[in-house]
Amino acid sequence: MKVRAQIAMVLNLDKCIGCHTCSVTCKNIWSNRKGVEYAWFNNVETKPGIGYPKQWEDQDKWNGGWEKKNGKLELKAGGRTSKLLNLFANPDMPEIDDYYEPFDFDYPKLQNKSLSEACPTARPVSQITGKPMEKIHWGPNWEDDLAGEFEARAKDKNFEGIEKQMYKEFENTFQMYLPRLCNHCLNPSCVASCPSGAMYKREEDGAVLIDQDKCRGWRMCVSACPYKKIYYNWESGKSEKCIMCYPRIESGMPMACAESCVGRIRYVGVILYDADRISDAASPDDEQDLYQSQMDIFLDPNDPEVIKQALADEVPQSWIDAAQKSPVYKMAIEWKIAFPIHPEFRTLPMMWYVPPLSPVQSQIDQGNLPTEADGVIPKSEALRFPVEYLANLLTAGAEAPIVSALNRMLAMRSNQRTIALEGHTNKEVLDQVGLTEEQAEEMYQMLGIANYEDRFVIPTSHEELRHEDPYAFQGQNGYDAGGSSGFTLFPSSRKKTVIPISIVPPKK
Amino acid sequence: MTLHNFIFGAYPYLAGTIFILGSWIRFDREQYTWKADSSQLLSNKNMRMASNLFHVGILGIFFGHMFGMLVPHSWWQMIATDVQHQWIAIYAGGVFGIMCLIGAIMLFWRRISNPRVKAVSRTRDTFIIGWLLVTVSLGLSTIFVSSGHAAHGDVSSMIALTEWVKSVATLSVDSSLIQDVSLIFKIHIFFGMTVFLVFPFTRLVHVWSIPLTYITRPYQIVRTKHIRMN
Repeated sequence: MKVRAQIAMVLNLDKCIGCHTCSVTCKNIWSNRKGVEYAWFNNVETKPGIGYPKQWEDQDKWNGGWEKKNGKLELKAGGRTSKLLNLFANPDMPEIDDYYEPFDFDYPKLQNKSLSEACPTARPVSQITGKPMEKIHWGPNWEDDLAGEFEARAKDKNFEGIEKQMYKEFENTFQMYLPRLCNHCLNPSCVASCPSGAMYKREEDGAVLIDQDKCRGWRMCVSACPYKKIYYNWESGKSEKCIMCYPRIESGMPMACAESCVGRIRYVGVILYDADRISDAASPDDEQDLYQSQMDIFLDPNDPEVIKQALADEVPQSWIDAAQKSPVYKMAIEWKIAFPIHPEFRTLPMMWYVPPLSPVQSQIDQGNLPTEADGVIPKSEALRFPVEYLANLLTAGAEAPIVSALNRMLAMRSNQRTIALEGHTNKEVLDQVGLTEEQAEEMYQMLGIANYEDRFVIPTSHEELRHEDPYAFQGQNGYDAGGSSGFTLFPSSRKKTVIPISIVPPKK
Repeated sequence: MTLHNFIFGAYPYLAGTIFILGSWIRFDREQYTWKADSSQLLSNKNMRMASNLFHVGILGIFFGHMFGMLVPHSWWQMIATDVQHQWIAIYAGGVFGIMCLIGAIMLFWRRISNPRVKAVSRTRDTFIIGWLLVTVSLGLSTIFVSSGHAAHGDVSSMIALTEWVKSVATLSVDSSLIQDVSLIFKIHIFFGMTVFLVFPFTRLVHVWSIPLTYITRPYQIVRTKHIRMN
């Protein structure tokens, strides 16, 4: 057992209102620059829909992620030799139009135009060519609120195996919002695909980062990420991605997207996992086992054995404490109401999602739907949202865990309703879904009230363990550049750090 | 010093020094600028064909030049006569040269005609693909001269050229060795040497970074901030 800590997130889709505050916050902080105008490290899509870039979930098209080849885990787009043979032109590279051509509007025109009969218009102007654009074709939330005709969004990969024509009818239509960001996977296919070795996972908090100095722009990460959450900066010639807001995380603050979420849908906490079993977790033959196999390598932070090993593996005590209070651990592992997005990509993603309940109130009022014992809360199978769709999105098609999660969320509500109206808990409804009264209360606090301190349990990083000379570190990029030869043609203090002789690490 | 002496006596070292030192300094000081600088994201049309033809062609040409000119004459004589050597050079150079030429034309055309690629191109991006295009065209046109030589069993130009290259490589340059070769060779050599001269100032630096270590590297990379005490 090798205990490693990971900062993970749960996104409660049941409460996401699709306001895009997370996207805008992220955009303003990280990708408001030339070359990445088209890149949204965080974007919110409306589902069903084909998303941004178009059809990103369809790995038959993009060849992202991993697959089992002859019983072995291998990159879907091909292994090392294939990467090098395709170095000159990446065959799976998306084009800018798969995302969208970035644009701004010719706003000054509105003020400068001379007086005229017709109202002046601000035409879109391409941020690449600077030329006016006839039409805007796509964007990070192009299908917002089910915009467009059904046939277009019916190409959504999650409809696979579903008789989808009935959802064309207005009465049967359904939708949800899906905020997406880098999953900071445990088995990242982007890192594995980087020919330069510029990408890495940080041991301390699990952030997957790109060393901008070492990146050579081979673009293999862009195509290898099945979530298409790595973006090629056409100005700098380097790839960029969500950095988990590591400067904030290091100081114990949640990511900007999580902090700014007005719906309080995001939860951030520490998960301890067994790094020795990563490849086991990513390798079950049946895709539907991936959700469970990933759960299996998460470690119980209250288990004395785990704590002992964690300390031996130099996980700081404050991180173990945080793991014990982790909202992510509670929702994903204790209550089993959160799921990894598309586990079938085998990257072991660490942004987990609580599936949405969907409103059917008017149908219940008309007595058309089966309800829980209280006659008000609908049964999960009565919900508007087809469970198969959620299962395709979150559990590689396994429906039982999704139904169980929905039932638990419904039971919690039913119980709260009984408490509010009748003044006592509803043990019967809780027993049916296997929740205790304490758990239901805790779930209510976490999901319904969602206090800041409950949502975000983030330990600060232990900068003192670095034993760096802070003065030499001035103006640096926050992490070891790694792999530097040590010899420079023109010696300078730029990459130098002073290590006291007594703690010089042993040569590996 | 005549112009000939300068270009074939001093210029190789000028270009070579700037090539090595410039690359070194840029790698040392400006790694953020060290990249392939692909524009595939902006336009993917025909990119697989163009880029692969160009890259395979130019790598073939580069190693062909190395092999043909730097392998000692006595070693060559063990595997081929001088006339055979010349025909090998003509055919190999012709095949890789035409691949490179087609690729370079496609890439150059794309760079000056595709609105997006054109908009993001720096002057030096357009310059370097244009320069390579001219260089490979000149290289291919030497075939007309050298195939005439080879047909008549005249290997003197080839011997002169390879001896000159060896004299440059062994730091005992003798520019008079190629005093009498056809002008087309001389122009081609000048253009070729200039590629090395401008190399560190263009995107060409990515050639140094062929990621061969990827073959043996474990897939996953984990970096730690903390210093291990044990």
